[in-house]
Amino acid sequence: MTTTTADHGLRVHARPAGFVTDLLSVAGRAVRQIPRDPESVIPAVIVPAIFYIMNVGALSGVTHAATGIIFKGFELPVSVIFAVTGVSRASSLVLDIQNGYFDRLTITPIRRLPLLLGLMMADLALVMLLAVPVIILGLSIGVRFDTGVPGMVVFVVISGLWGLVFTGLPYSIALKTGNPSAVNSSFILFFPFVFLTSAFAPLPALAGWMQAIARYNPMTYVLAALRSLIGVQAVPGQAEHWHWAVLGLGALAIVGFGVFSMTLALLALRGRVHRR
Amino acid sequence: MESPAVVTEGIARRFGDYWAVDGVDLEIPAGEIYGFLGPNGAGKSTLVRMLCTLIQPTKGRGIVAGYDVAASPEHVRLHIGVALQDAALDDRQTGRELLDLQARLYGLHRAERLGRLSQVLQLVDIGDAIDRRIGTYSGGMKRRLDLAAALIHDPDILFLDEPTTGLDPVSRVTVWNEVRNLNDQLGTTIFLTTQYLEEADELADRVGIIARGRLVAEGPPAELKRSVGEDVIVAQLSGADDATAAAVAAVPGVDKVVAGRGELVIHAGDGAAAMSPVALALHHCGATVTSLILRTPTLDDVFLQYTGAHLQEDTATTDEEPRP
Repeated sequence: MTTTTADHGLRVHARPAGFVTDLLSVAGRAVRQIPRDPESVIPAVIVPAIFYIMNVGALSGVTHAATGIIFKGFELPVSVIFAVTGVSRASSLVLDIQNGYFDRLTITPIRRLPLLLGLMMADLALVMLLAVPVIILGLSIGVRFDTGVPGMVVFVVISGLWGLVFTGLPYSIALKTGNPSAVNSSFILFFPFVFLTSAFAPLPALAGWMQAIARYNPMTYVLAALRSLIGVQAVPGQAEHWHWAVLGLGALAIVGFGVFSMTLALLALRGRVHRR
Repeated sequence: MESPAVVTEGIARRFGDYWAVDGVDLEIPAGEIYGFLGPNGAGKSTLVRMLCTLIQPTKGRGIVAGYDVAASPEHVRLHIGVALQDAALDDRQTGRELLDLQARLYGLHRAERLGRLSQVLQLVDIGDAIDRRIGTYSGGMKRRLDLAAALIHDPDILFLDEPTTGLDPVSRVTVWNEVRNLNDQLGTTIFLTTQYLEEADELADRVGIIARGRLVAEGPPAELKRSVGEDVIVAQLSGADDATAAAVAAVPGVDKVVAGRGELVIHAGDGAAAMSPVALALHHCGATVTSLILRTPTLDDVFLQYTGAHLQEDTATTDEEPRP
């Protein structure tokens, strides 16, 4: 190593960068991290694909016989939701908290909200990307979107927004605890949201108790909205138009759950950056 | 007259029942290198974290660059650069990405970012590694990158919390040179915490000595050292008691005697002249002397005088500062 003397000629004046720059800077860093952290992304693609193929293979015949629905179309939204739910940079955030990098960021003039929203922006891009391979898999085995390409786009957007609002939970745990184990265990929350719903059979076909729970589960309405974009009925023509009421309920479920999860996350952010 | 860079008035911070910092008063003029010397757990990092707006004072107040750290943290942040005790870096970014992100958050435009990046790259001296991920850096490289990140926005006041802990001697000298250059060329005020006596002695215009959350002494290093006497005789011995210390204190020319673990630290105006009488006094007391050393005072002698313990002894018996 050599001893050097830096040229300190250029004087600059620090100033607040502005909300948009703060947001894009944090999001840009988060996006750059994604390909550098493939172990957190690869399972989110492979597991839902395997889950989809296995379920379609095992349950298509019996479900079609019992309910008349085309199971491969019925199940595609579940697999996509599987891919996008719980994917976040929360583990990365915990790492930043533990190694002091989060403190370094908070010593800069950055506004507090972009510290979280920037990560969520990156998450939204990622989960929408994660939905695509599963959709392609569905199309390759004959799933058709009765609402066409626009329906497919709406499908990806709804999936992405659901994935986004769900990130509020792991982020709130990350910010509250700063503990990687706690963040990892937040995956448990995924199960009731995905499985206590109409994931495997239409709502009327569920047992009474499960039907009652599923009716209060926002995921039921998100799945219904996604299914409304696909032809899941055995009789062609039943889903050839946009079901605005179903889509509206799905949007409402996302907004309602988003208000809940984002409130938790923002409260946790406030607690973390509030100088104790 | 230019206002001081840092002022604290009775600043204190409590964690539970433990006062990590207990009423510290400081006034650091702009352009000074101030060395804050103390063992682990003395309160140095807690004070830095309050002054750089990471935690709130429990009592008292701190003014940095003319702004109250509790009331106007957003103004304070624009004027300070901070390298905390543990290099706070993101191993998954490259060095260049980290510095660029840091510069963006300080509102620097593209041309400013490129200019500053080029300048601080001279400082960090890590060559092509700047485009490698930080996870591949050595400890010394991480420290230097951390320092560069603290400097990217050209701060008026730089807080360096134990910047050379864990560095090899060559890297340590590099950091010292840069600290001096920053101060000489730009007049950057530097608040440096350290547990290394030679670092405080080498760099600081003034030194504050902190022990158990309290500022126990403050002044230019030479003045502090003079305050404990012209010369110091250190007697390593066994079989010494209070009577031995009293006997040595009675030797003509001895100003003061501080008894430590297995040693007596004897302050004398003329150490060479006092050596023989001190040796005789120890002999007459029946103490077994293993070594008798004459030297000039160090900051450790100052620490010993004010706290009754050596800096390293106090380090060994004090827990790490709590981290909020």
